[in-house]
Amino acid sequence: MSASSNNNNFSKGTDLAVILLYLIMVAIGIMCIFMVEYNPNLTWSNSFLMAKTNYSKQIYFAIFCGFVAIFILLVDSKLFTALANISYLLGILLMLATFVVGKNINGSKSWIPIAGGFNLQPAELCKIFTALILAKFISKPETDFTKLKSHIIAGIMITLPAILSIMQHEMGLALVYSAFIFAMYREGLPPVILVILLSFAILVIATLLLEPTTLSIVLTAVAGLFIANMIKRFKRNKNNILIVLAIWVVSFGTVRFVVPYIFNNVFECYQSTRIYSMIGKEYDCSLNKKSASSTTERKSKKPDDYNVKQSKIAIGSGGFWGRGFLKGTQTRGRYVPEQHTDFIFTSLGEAFGFVGTFTFLALYLFFLFRLIRIAERQRSTFSRVYAYSVVGIFFFHIAVNICMTIGLFPVVGIPLPLISYGGSSLLTFTALLFILLRLDADRQMVLR
Amino acid sequence: MSMYNSNRGGIIQIIIGIIFILITVQLISLQIFSSKYVLAANNNAIFRKIIYPDRGIIYDRKKRALLENTISYDLVVIPNEAKGVDTTTLCEILKIDKEEYKKRMVEVIIKNSRVKSGIFEAFLSAELYAQLTENLYRFPGFSLSERSIRSYPYNTAAHVLGYVAEVDVNFLEKHGEEGYEMGDYAGMTGLEKQYESILMGQRGVKRFLRDNKGKIQGPFEKGQFDTVAVAGRNLFTSMDVEVQQLAEKLLQHKIGSVVALNPKTGSVIAMASSPGYNPNLLTGNQRRKTIGRLLTDTARPIYNRAIKGQYPPGSTFKPMGALIALDEGLITPSFGYNCFGLYTSCGDPRKCEHHNAGHAANLQLALANSCNSYFLQVFRMAIDNPKYHNAKQGYLKWKQYMNSFGLGRKLGIDLPSENKANIPDTAQYNKDFGGAKYWNSCYMLTLGIGQDRMTATPLQLANAMAFIANKGYYYTPHFIDSIEEEDEIDKKLLQNFRTKQEVTKIPTEYFDIIKEGMHDVTVYGTAAFIKVPGHEFCAKTGTAQNPHGKNHSLFVCFAPKDNPKIAVAVIVENAGFGATWAGPIAGLVMEKYLNDTLTKESKTKVDYLSNIDLMPEAIKAWYIRNNKTEMLSPIEYNNDELADVWDMEMLSESTPIKTKIDTIKKLDTAAPPAKPLAPPTKNKKIKEQALNPKLKKKKIKSKINNVSI
Repeated sequence: MSASSNNNNFSKGTDLAVILLYLIMVAIGIMCIFMVEYNPNLTWSNSFLMAKTNYSKQIYFAIFCGFVAIFILLVDSKLFTALANISYLLGILLMLATFVVGKNINGSKSWIPIAGGFNLQPAELCKIFTALILAKFISKPETDFTKLKSHIIAGIMITLPAILSIMQHEMGLALVYSAFIFAMYREGLPPVILVILLSFAILVIATLLLEPTTLSIVLTAVAGLFIANMIKRFKRNKNNILIVLAIWVVSFGTVRFVVPYIFNNVFECYQSTRIYSMIGKEYDCSLNKKSASSTTERKSKKPDDYNVKQSKIAIGSGGFWGRGFLKGTQTRGRYVPEQHTDFIFTSLGEAFGFVGTFTFLALYLFFLFRLIRIAERQRSTFSRVYAYSVVGIFFFHIAVNICMTIGLFPVVGIPLPLISYGGSSLLTFTALLFILLRLDADRQMVLR
Repeated sequence: MSMYNSNRGGIIQIIIGIIFILITVQLISLQIFSSKYVLAANNNAIFRKIIYPDRGIIYDRKKRALLENTISYDLVVIPNEAKGVDTTTLCEILKIDKEEYKKRMVEVIIKNSRVKSGIFEAFLSAELYAQLTENLYRFPGFSLSERSIRSYPYNTAAHVLGYVAEVDVNFLEKHGEEGYEMGDYAGMTGLEKQYESILMGQRGVKRFLRDNKGKIQGPFEKGQFDTVAVAGRNLFTSMDVEVQQLAEKLLQHKIGSVVALNPKTGSVIAMASSPGYNPNLLTGNQRRKTIGRLLTDTARPIYNRAIKGQYPPGSTFKPMGALIALDEGLITPSFGYNCFGLYTSCGDPRKCEHHNAGHAANLQLALANSCNSYFLQVFRMAIDNPKYHNAKQGYLKWKQYMNSFGLGRKLGIDLPSENKANIPDTAQYNKDFGGAKYWNSCYMLTLGIGQDRMTATPLQLANAMAFIANKGYYYTPHFIDSIEEEDEIDKKLLQNFRTKQEVTKIPTEYFDIIKEGMHDVTVYGTAAFIKVPGHEFCAKTGTAQNPHGKNHSLFVCFAPKDNPKIAVAVIVENAGFGATWAGPIAGLVMEKYLNDTLTKESKTKVDYLSNIDLMPEAIKAWYIRNNKTEMLSPIEYNNDELADVWDMEMLSESTPIKTKIDTIKKLDTAAPPAKPLAPPTKNKKIKEQALNPKLKKKKIKSKINNVSI
């Protein structure tokens, strides 16, 4: 660190590289939003001062977040461990409150209106609180994270806000909570659980891809072969056979009942459709009981793959060098819906091409690796768990968001960290990151 | 505890790395290896508007526009944007039903895809246009587009000018490099086709940026990729609208052709082919109806007989036969032949119309009297020329002359699909007679009087007249004298039309003799009764036997005699004597061109001639069978009675010959009974003959009996 930082309590030990990356990212974000919103007929100074456009709003958000960041860097790091439990509780309460005073924005009733026309999304903030309480829980001396009991408690802490998010119709936000697996894995979650989850995921995908009957037959055949093999080899261990049978029952149940149930009763019609369209199939919405009850009125909408198609066109048309700053026709013609929020990556891809997107990805990768390095240098478990939570959340957002814009993942409403337009999102990521930096500055201290 | 798991940080890094690599791979495939996305983006956002320039205009020699451009409106639609259209109202306005609406929509999609605009209804009438503009807001996706279409202020020269039509798939394949698109128009026939690249001009393209709602946001990249439309250039001809109109009028109710050339330049003054059509009927919304009718018409109104019709030249060939003999030194102008009405040197006797002694005492007389025997003899002399060792060599030399006169080959006029007609090859005779050894000049004797297998187009005959009028050279016949703002490429294009074609070295005094003979034709010969007030002229009549029925009436001429300004060839199919029908038509055309006006007497003649119906009975019968009686002339004439009247006037001195002919025919036992020359045949009989294919065949097979005046 620089010489001056030694005398300065504020910046002592703070990782300046991450702050620099943070500033670059926010600047790129504002530039991208500017490209989306750009209107040659508007004088920019006027629109800027009047805060009428999204990019000028985003600048105000950024300034506000700057103050928040400074504030976070100034507080005592012990405060975060102290407030971990209570803040989580508050977050859950706020989420519950949305069901009462929530404001409906874009079909999800997950916003609480606050002064000045701004709205707060508690689910966003809850990510921070969940990260804190998870860190707090794992770092407790009495917690033995090799035990299944601890895994289950941690799992409940994570899934509670996730379930509330699903109830708010915020599928994307709910998915983000799976990002905590990184932290848990780092702290000793046995790989078996990951393998089981992965197998389950593969099974679900296979269920979607293949005919259920075919898959059932294949599963039964595989199980049969296993058992036959065991009998042949005289390994007549009852337990082994029972395990195989149990796996078979679970798989079969998944294929036949769980997956259809999830698609028809848990997911909204549009979500099921999106997932099906990813693998090139059509989903019959009349099967969907959830949508059937809630949204009876069918609006004439653009086809479901419209977003992804236009998004791919935008990125693809960028080519190697891009079409140039403010020259993207997809962006200028507003062909990509939600381009300033979830699909912000497309404006970058169109304007700066592969060179731009690759540089951008490299920047993100460097950022994530830097965070992992920070995580690994923590002495206290609390800081490390928190750091891995931050890595997980950032990574999950980046991966899912970019994958959905380039057609590798179904469309879920997940913003691109620090880039997408949105005060809540920017504030959340700023807070997440600067709490980590604050903790990192005190990395010599053992926090509990 | 953390110590045990510290390697897991690395695993997490690997997982992150793998996912990032995956993303990068997808980005490479999207951004570097797929070109379709750029196209898709351009399709989305760039709206290309093609600016059609006005086509060039074609002018006649007095700068009157033979064709012009007028504005027409089309109703166009972009299928993707046609949502929420008030179809009921639209269908009411256009007077179509919903089925038709759907059908047209599908057509547009097939032709131009969903996102490009396609024509829903072309050539709106003024009334429709007004109604549609009023209600356009009810039809999202529909718009009215302006288009320039052709109009023909003089309703004339349809065959020459040709027409423009929407390009089809074949056209696009052939002209792939020239930037045509579906829905474009291009010249399909005539001058429109020949000079397409000049008339078309250069299309301009304007590119606009459009947003996701199809709203135009402004020019794309400030218009730096836009190209400006350059108007087509105008063409200047030596045609004369009034002469052209006169020629067409005179050919009404007849099948035939008139070609008038300016011998000094080779420029076409008039070119008419009958039956023709009104060129205005092939533009705008009547086109569909008209083109179908024209294409199915048995008289083939679209066919330009002036450059494609192949006719035996008959006696109109005689001056050329004489020229060959003179040039080869086989005869002198004083050469005479003692003709007594028959040519018998080849066994099979050939008739001559004249029997009085001395009618072929020298070349000039023979030409004026059109003595068949004389020219048969001259032909034989040319073929059996001792200079060339055998008949084959002689024939080849003769053919070479013919080709240099512009016969039996394409002249290279600036119209597409000119026919070269036929001057038979020796190979044809070798095949017919079983080898070169087995034939001599007697075998194709009637070539000497423009029969046998010799055919020529009206254009070639007119050009031959120009060649004689000029005493030995001609300019390639052409329409376009000059192009507006001519550049080097244009000069090259027109170069051939500006070069003198001096192909033979026949001394001018021989031409003088021929000219005198042809002048005598108009003084006391077969065309003696045809006068061009104020001018002396040279002419040759022809009455050509043909396998299709009654003789073709031919007439070739040029005027004035000493300073030729116009050379004309006229053919009226199946009409009879050359002097009867083709002659007066040619005379009137010359008079109109030279005097710029017609005498009162001539005007009555025009009215009279133009109303005479000389359509072959077979064609009339076809019209009646196919319920196309509107094509028939309102007044029924008895052709042959009228013909007789004209015959009397022109051949007053030879009236008694008719009986003689009959007696000659009786003598002529070797020849199968050919159609009698002049005796009045009733319409009924001709009809019978024309409709009876057996009879026709027989006629084709029958050796052509020499009849030529």
